[in-house]
Amino acid sequence: MKCRKCGEKAVINMRQHKLALCRTHYLDWIPEQTQRFIEKYQMFGKDARIIVAVSGGKDSLALWDVLHRLGYQTTGLYIGLGINGDTDYSAKSQYLSESFAVENELELILVDVAEEAGATIPEASKLTQRGKGKPCSVCGLTKRYVMNRVAQERGYDVLVTGHNLDDEVAVLFGNTITWAVGYLARQGPVLEETSDGLIRKAKPFCRFYERETAAYALLRGIEYIYAECPYAEGATSIYYKELLNQIEDGRPGMKLSFYLSFLRAKNSGLFDQESTIAKSKLVKCRTCGQPTTAPDQCAYCRTWDAVRSRRDVA
Amino acid sequence: MSVRITLRDKEFTIRPGMTVRDALKQVGIQPESVIPTRDGEAITDDEILRDGEHIRLIAVISGG
Ligand code: SF4
Ligand SMILES: [Zn+2]
Ligand SMILES: [Zn+2]
Repeated sequence: MKCRKCGEKAVINMRQHKLALCRTHYLDWIPEQTQRFIEKYQMFGKDARIIVAVSGGKDSLALWDVLHRLGYQTTGLYIGLGINGDTDYSAKSQYLSESFAVENELELILVDVAEEAGATIPEASKLTQRGKGKPCSVCGLTKRYVMNRVAQERGYDVLVTGHNLDDEVAVLFGNTITWAVGYLARQGPVLEETSDGLIRKAKPFCRFYERETAAYALLRGIEYIYAECPYAEGATSIYYKELLNQIEDGRPGMKLSFYLSFLRAKNSGLFDQESTIAKSKLVKCRTCGQPTTAPDQCAYCRTWDAVRSRRDVA
Repeated sequence: MSVRITLRDKEFTIRPGMTVRDALKQVGIQPESVIPTRDGEAITDDEILRDGEHIRLIAVISGG
């Protein structure tokens, strides 16, 4: 197969776009498209102060690389979860994130959950009912909380994450089969800042297939953590991704059109945005002041207070 | 006559002469979920498998 732009040997074929590209043209194409999505969804401008959530994985490091090349002002945020297991998952992903920052002369903020909150994610999940022994629930809660708080305290304009189209479509699929209207109303390339304390969020890679972000990281020579988090095994999101890839195989472009037609339907009023979003009025947490829908303490403070008190009796 | 295809800790042996895409289907791997590489270089899945070579698949799905 030949590159559509120059006729050299292609390294990737994107069936959904009927587009094959060589290495050079692929490495140009990804940043060009990213810039196009940033503008199309009005994510942020050239002078915005951007904080990038970095996990050491292919998506977040590729995103940081692309935004940096496009000339945006970015700082990384790495959250140390303390998940090590057989593969040294957290230690390695932190090392790779730090190396990337050093090589590119970029600033990286490190937040270590054990230092900050008093236990690692796996320890905490054993000391709380939340997630019923599986760490993903505490982990997700903690990451969302830390990202919002750090971004806000340090005055960033926007928090960007490396979610790709497969991530988005897996979530969309899950929320559609349960008709989770509140979640559907909020899903999209941008989540606006709220006056009650939630930072603006954007996903510049939301239209790239996972295979495309992986190919970018590979062809660009970015060293990322190839091992999965040990707790990702058996995750529902992976199951949905596999199912959606089976459909994609017979119907190239299906994942993309599922997402884009959802966005169009949403924009033309499929969900009553006002009433679904208004229902979740935010108030300030009594302990930390971060926004919450709970009447008194936010879920983060409640969960971690319980973890610390059980840890101290143990 | 054989070609070795590896994905993480899995290994498959396939006969040469067919396309990467057909080989993936034969061993039950979704082409959309991997990037095939030959000698460390990414290749498109219409490439024909050559006798004796090793195709390393890079997994692209991550989750959690
Ligand atoms: S798989 Fe679960 S525990 Fe691992 S990083 Fe993701 S949310 Fe956290
Ligand atoms: Zn080219
Ligand atoms: Zn709180």
